[in-house]
Amino acid sequence: MAAPQPVMSLRAATASLGARTVLRGIDLTVGSGEVVALLGANGSGKSTAIRTVIGQVPLSGGELELFGTPFARFRDWRRIGYVPQRSTAAAGVPATVREVVSSGRLARTRLRPLGRADRAAVARALDVVGLGHRAKDSVNALSGGQHQRVLIARALASEPDLLIMDEPLAGVDLAAQDVLAEALREQVGRGTSVLLVLHEAGPLAPLIDRAVLMRDGLAESVADPERLHDLACHPHDTRDAAATAAAIQSGLSVSEANPGTHA
Amino acid sequence: MTELLHYPFMQRALLAALLVGIAAPAVGIYLVQRRQAIMGDGIGHVALTGVALGFLLGTSPVWMAIAVASLGAVTMELIRWYGKARGDLALAMLFYGGLAGGVMIINLAPNGSNASLTTYLFGSITTVSDSDVVAIVCLSAFVLACSLGLRRQLFAVCQDEEFARVTGLPVRLLNLLLAVTAAVTVTVAMRVVGLLLVSALMVIPVAAAQQVTRGFAATLGLSVIFGVAVTLSGTTMSYYADVPPGGSIVVLAIAVFALVTALAAPLAKRRAALHGHPDRGDPDHRGSGDGGSGGLGSDHGVTVAGGTRPGGRSRPQDGDGASSRDQASARDGRGAEGAA
Repeated sequence: MAAPQPVMSLRAATASLGARTVLRGIDLTVGSGEVVALLGANGSGKSTAIRTVIGQVPLSGGELELFGTPFARFRDWRRIGYVPQRSTAAAGVPATVREVVSSGRLARTRLRPLGRADRAAVARALDVVGLGHRAKDSVNALSGGQHQRVLIARALASEPDLLIMDEPLAGVDLAAQDVLAEALREQVGRGTSVLLVLHEAGPLAPLIDRAVLMRDGLAESVADPERLHDLACHPHDTRDAAATAAAIQSGLSVSEANPGTHA
Repeated sequence: MTELLHYPFMQRALLAALLVGIAAPAVGIYLVQRRQAIMGDGIGHVALTGVALGFLLGTSPVWMAIAVASLGAVTMELIRWYGKARGDLALAMLFYGGLAGGVMIINLAPNGSNASLTTYLFGSITTVSDSDVVAIVCLSAFVLACSLGLRRQLFAVCQDEEFARVTGLPVRLLNLLLAVTAAVTVTVAMRVVGLLLVSALMVIPVAAAQQVTRGFAATLGLSVIFGVAVTLSGTTMSYYADVPPGGSIVVLAIAVFALVTALAAPLAKRRAALHGHPDRGDPDHRGSGDGGSGGLGSDHGVTVAGGTRPGGRSRPQDGDGASSRDQASARDGRGAEGAA
């Protein structure tokens, strides 16, 4: 499944937030067209891992490559679509759904004005998440799930090859999670690679190729769908991997302190 | 009414007022969007030191004010980046330092006194000279080129700075440019509204416009219309009533805010009735806890109104109407405060 060259690879990555070491040497790769989920308890380093990949938390050690380019030389930001954790804080001035989604297109247009092709890409991104009919509404008038879809459309507006999402299901009710899963499935069908942080897999479970469990700043184990049987048969060796696998299968949360108890 | 157009000093004053009315809200909207509405006020304080330095050194107060205000604005931006927890104290000291420096330096100047500062503090229509007009036209052109020409980029940076960085935009450069643009705007506006009230002209038209708009572009356009309306009418009023234009312009701006706020409530009600329920058929139909946003702390009322509903379930179809009424009543309350 994975192409020869991964779209993203972290090797022996370490990172600190202030005085606290949050990542203690993790290896993480996303192959071309692959959907990788980062699971783990609060404070395990999932979000920090994602934020190092987008360059918002500097690495204190190790290597990061994006599309085969070392991070220091990477400039091709249009290939990455970032969906941050939804914040409840609204900006001080209202903005329409289309205005917010259009700002994602700046990854391609930079300082030049939006052309016809750019407007079409924005319209397509809105359609993928099913919000074309709300384009002129204020984002402040949207529900939590709709707001999350706006953030996804904003990331899709640059037509990225790698989608990076931080807890896209947080605060989104079940019905809306299905809508999000459908939008993501369509995008993955077009060959987009995805790296996402999840608290619970929920309706996204069938889309996930591979799950990585984070604990205490380490990517402890990898649950590989092809190896699910092996992992399940040797739970004492790879307890957490089995738990992760079980959680993905059942859509249960693995946020508890000891995910092994699910196995 | 038109006889005041025959006086050259009034022509200059009205031209300056027109440009300031366009430029101040066009830059202020980004500060409001970033919830830094007070930044214009701080730049105004710092610019006072520049004006005083101009007197002391015998150079043009306007250009000296631009230099010092830009330096102050860039410092504020750097404090925002690196200041973290103590940032607010550092900003406060910068504000006080600017004001204190201005008062001290003006009294050291050979021909200066606190009285020389008054026209810069509250604006003056009779003192806008020909060279002032030239400076105001050039600087306004720079401000408008930045704030309108780069509106998509600045919108993205002020809406979600982290996301803007991930799109590869030169975010630091844009932030510094916005800081310098704000400093230039403050200096341009100081002859008309004065340094102590310039921030009001950057913020109040935006606050008024967003009561009735749903998007950023619409808010920008309407706030510029409000800005021009109050600077022109305020300058005219200043001529007839013989008061500093800063006072009359800001009082008018607040009146416009109160009027729009009072009209916004029935308008929102009508819009809700006309549009029915645009959410119909959407599965994730929940209360918009973060609905409505005002630069003057209006969210609190609206958040309470919308956020107390139990989340996670579809609410009845008439929920939208109720929500609009809640927002409307919250706005009514603020309108009364504004008028008082």
